[in-house]
Amino acid sequence: MSPSPASIPPAPADAGAPLYLERNYLNARRGLWSWLTTLDHKRIGVMYLVLTSAALFLGGIFAMLLRIELLTPGPTIMSALAYNRTFTLHGVVMIFLFMIPAIPGIFGNFFLPLMIGARDVAFPRLNLLSVYLYLTGAAIALYGMIHGGADTGWTFYTPYSTTTVTMVWPILLGAFVLGMGSIVTGLNFIVTVHTLRAPGIGFMRMPLFVWALYATSIIQVLATPVLGITLLLVAVENVFGFGIFDPARGGDPVLFQHMFWFYSHPAVYIMILPAMGAITEVLSAFARKNTFGYRAVAFSSLGIAFVGFFTWGHHLFTSGQSTVDAGIFGVLSMFVGIFTAIKIFNWTATLYRGSIAIRTPFIYVIAFLFFLLFGGMTGIALATVALDVHWQDTYFVVAHFHFIMVGGTVAGFLAALTYWWPKMFGKSYSERWGIVGATLIFLGFNFTFIPQFLLGNEGMPRRYYSYPVRFWPLNVASTAGASVLALGFLVVLATLLLSLKYGKPAGPNPWGSRGYEWKTLSPPPEGNFLTQPTYPRMPHDYDDLNPGRGGH
Amino acid sequence: MPAAESHVAHHFPDLEVQSHAARLGMWLFLATEVLLFGGLFTAYALYRMLYPSAFHGASRLIETSMGALNTVVLITSSLTVALAFHYSRQSRNRLAALLLVATIGLGFVFLGVKAVEYAHHFREGHLPGRFYRYAGLQVPGASMFFTVYFLMTGLHGIHVIIGMGVLTWLAVGAWRGSYGGDYTTPIELGGMYWHLVDLIWIFLFPLLYLI
Repeated sequence: MSPSPASIPPAPADAGAPLYLERNYLNARRGLWSWLTTLDHKRIGVMYLVLTSAALFLGGIFAMLLRIELLTPGPTIMSALAYNRTFTLHGVVMIFLFMIPAIPGIFGNFFLPLMIGARDVAFPRLNLLSVYLYLTGAAIALYGMIHGGADTGWTFYTPYSTTTVTMVWPILLGAFVLGMGSIVTGLNFIVTVHTLRAPGIGFMRMPLFVWALYATSIIQVLATPVLGITLLLVAVENVFGFGIFDPARGGDPVLFQHMFWFYSHPAVYIMILPAMGAITEVLSAFARKNTFGYRAVAFSSLGIAFVGFFTWGHHLFTSGQSTVDAGIFGVLSMFVGIFTAIKIFNWTATLYRGSIAIRTPFIYVIAFLFFLLFGGMTGIALATVALDVHWQDTYFVVAHFHFIMVGGTVAGFLAALTYWWPKMFGKSYSERWGIVGATLIFLGFNFTFIPQFLLGNEGMPRRYYSYPVRFWPLNVASTAGASVLALGFLVVLATLLLSLKYGKPAGPNPWGSRGYEWKTLSPPPEGNFLTQPTYPRMPHDYDDLNPGRGGH
Repeated sequence: MPAAESHVAHHFPDLEVQSHAARLGMWLFLATEVLLFGGLFTAYALYRMLYPSAFHGASRLIETSMGALNTVVLITSSLTVALAFHYSRQSRNRLAALLLVATIGLGFVFLGVKAVEYAHHFREGHLPGRFYRYAGLQVPGASMFFTVYFLMTGLHGIHVIIGMGVLTWLAVGAWRGSYGGDYTTPIELGGMYWHLVDLIWIFLFPLLYLI
């Protein structure tokens, strides 16, 4: 094959392929029942897309209520208790119902088998079970929200969470069930990667999104059970008063913090690693270059997963931890920065001398790189004990983790969504409106959270519904930014939904990507492939398009 | 072997890969169980360190001989479940089913002994947290011992009950001849789970009864 460098040649499997596969996984079987009982990983991915998007919308509404309340220094639209409940719900919904399940649940389920040439995940029934565990957990948590909701924050710190009058236990139980769903997904992915790779796809030829999911799954399987037992203990304490975290009965509330963060810090990497994996795919596709430093990017995912288990103590710098412990946890936390930097340098090197196509997904990649660098560097600063004592529980911390979680994970999510949408549904969305949405989100995000860094540095504490007048202007800026951010999300939603009805058929590979998942038709047939693809080259091998530049 | 082929799901190339996947999945699940109990072992270690003499005194209040009896019962049940797998591989399905029933019976013995112990604790007031009312040992930390004791043995007991449910399902299948020969993975996985439940008890017994 000798293609001209100017045009993107179709992959061999695409030759003569239909623009839109009429009989695909979406319509091969019909009716609601066929969806509720489906074992098809692609349909399960679509169900996760609907459910987690609804959660993102709900959590976004809570976020807007918070920002409206903070528009003025005094009470604006709600009481202090209502504010406490709202930020708890915002955190619980965003973390347990969106951040953790979204990218693995949607794109992991849909694309992991496609990327390794498999017909399904190893345990399709467990996969369906994970959807129902998600629904059950969400229903239990919603029950708690309707009956008053908790006011503890999503961290459920004892002894407050065991003495508050609000309904904490349904939300704890809901998070426990959601955790089971997360474990099932992770277990399924690990076994799938080990047993169902098609001939020709060795471990060192897997797409890097698969590597990221693999590392994520290890965290999900090993960390989530500890959260499970911790939440159960708080629920038992709440209902029966066994005293396990109650100082009045000899219990130690700091034990809760250790056990909680043993899960919840690695959980941050459950949220960001899949986004990093998706970004790696999108970045290579739009730079038209194979990923620089494939091994380094793959192993840095595992490195983050491993080191992530030994950093939880940085949440306890001000909880009576010894100085030596705090120092050790601070240094270990900075190792995460090293692994993340390995990724950032390799991404940058991938872009270097690539023939970059500025399309909607790529704008999210650029936004992601900026947010991750900014959020990551402030994370290094926060891992420094002396600085953290100053910033503890201020808006600086809030801004830092929103840079990673919203800037990183949500930008990664949107990059993945806009990149894979044509494969999932076979339709092209409006490129113009896609770019408008991405731009609004980038600008709105910066206007929301950069003021919060400044507020935190000046000493505004988190989780208060009122504040001194001197913090007023920056809070107005943050709320204005949040409004633009919300508008951006609505534009993205409308753009994508309208494409389902009015979009043109996208064709099997509209981006000319050399990722393995593009070797099938759009939308994919029920059994994933009409003929089993072959994998003669590395994923994202564009070397023949870059004559003279040499491959990395 | 047509009987075995029918057990292979469409997305697996053959039975060997499918069995390998099932075993790997089970090992990962067992890892999650270890970490679930790991949280309780951490709590035990912390409170034992904080209240060494209270924990020592309180552990004298539970009957070592009962714990020892249950240890023997569970180890024996591990033998019977292993033998069930062994005979299932030789397609001696009825014998495998009977051995599984014996395992379930030993599970009942374990739960019975545990119930006698619990009843004694309830009578004497050896209870967790705010329910503790045993006059013979009123030191800080004594109630925490029973908090940890009931949480650990309670969670373990729930696992024993779940295991017995799984083994019942397997015994019915074995009796009907659903397994045997090349296809014994379900019995193998059920046995692995039962072994883990035993293994956790092997740790609970010395920590709670002996030291």
